[in-house]
Amino acid sequence: MNRFVLWFHRMGSPPTFYAFAERWRPWFLWSALAITAVALYWGLARAPDDYLQGDSFRIIYIHVPSAWMGQFIFLAMAICGFVAIVWRIKIAEIMGIASAPVGAAFTAIALATGSLWGRPTWGTYWVWDARLTSTLVLLFLYFGVIGLYRAIEDRRKAARAAGLLAIIGLVNIPIIQYSVYWWNTLHQPSSIKVTKMSSTIDPSMLWPLLAMAVATKLYYAWSALSRAQLMVLEMESGKDWVRELAGLPGVASPSTDTPREA
Amino acid sequence: MNPTRRRRMWLIGLVLLGACTAIALTLTALNQNIQHFFSPSDIADGKAPGTRTFRLGGIVEEGSVGRSEQSLKVSFVVTDRFRTTPVEFSGILPDLFREGQSVVATGAMDPQRGVFVAREVLAKHDENYMPKEVAEAIAKAKTRQEAAGTAPPGAGAP
Repeated sequence: MNRFVLWFHRMGSPPTFYAFAERWRPWFLWSALAITAVALYWGLARAPDDYLQGDSFRIIYIHVPSAWMGQFIFLAMAICGFVAIVWRIKIAEIMGIASAPVGAAFTAIALATGSLWGRPTWGTYWVWDARLTSTLVLLFLYFGVIGLYRAIEDRRKAARAAGLLAIIGLVNIPIIQYSVYWWNTLHQPSSIKVTKMSSTIDPSMLWPLLAMAVATKLYYAWSALSRAQLMVLEMESGKDWVRELAGLPGVASPSTDTPREA
Repeated sequence: MNPTRRRRMWLIGLVLLGACTAIALTLTALNQNIQHFFSPSDIADGKAPGTRTFRLGGIVEEGSVGRSEQSLKVSFVVTDRFRTTPVEFSGILPDLFREGQSVVATGAMDPQRGVFVAREVLAKHDENYMPKEVAEAIAKAKTRQEAAGTAPPGAGAP
């Protein structure tokens, strides 16, 4: 068994996962905050004005990283859902559900900031073009995933059902990505083409944006891991390792011990 | 891999394939409705919905904007660099509206005059972001190149 597969299997064990999250969480949070501070200062105060939009282009440093995260987290959620359904790994179920509110928040931020930018630039807060509509659908898909999870009593079944919805919702991601090419939209095409490694944003304005893209991913790691830790404790409450963590006597009484799963 | 897991994987694959097919068929069927605007070429080809309300998109032709002295009335020509459509609008234009800029106008064709009467004009931004100095340098290089291209050989080149 190679190293990665071994690590993957170990991560499936709640105590190991909990310890891993506990160890790395602060690193994710502090690096996210530090990079955000530098990138936002540079983007909002130091980068030059846009030749056409002046200062209002600066919302790009919030809007674009948030929109990327909305889609990135949905993909991560679907991958967790896939692992959860095929291998029935508890941690994958938990990580998928823990990601959902973070992704929904990023999508909501992207929609709100885009709307604020649209008013002075386009002349309207909202239009029903393909890019905007498909992003709104993404937000509703997040609500659907969270709602479905809450609607089912059995936590593990609920997580797998929500995971399946996330997998089906994945169809929306290429639609968001390519909407600006497939149809006429008011929203402009992508400035950064990952496949061609090229961008139509001047280098002096570009790097704070890329730094924000890194910072938002680190923030996501911190936020999802924190939520997942709580969910692990809740699910495993009464087990020996949790009791030990809480400073309670190690041997649980038979009445409170939940049956162990194979 | 054990057979149960393989079966689950196949099921997920099938579900995803089904979802993709359904969405692809729906989007293809709705293709016309998802288009946010029509271009002047679409109008010339008769693809635009006649005299009913629709959106017209394109670039404001350079030198075509005419403003009325007494009112907010403004007229301009929208082009997609192949065909053009004259547009009339009365109201406040967005900040980004200028010649050479893309716009999306909502309104309807006046069949008698062949003019698009707009109720609303929105500016469309492109994907280019640059500082003023860079934009000026590009514009300067462009005019120099054009001058070099149109001027007779040997003349005008500094």
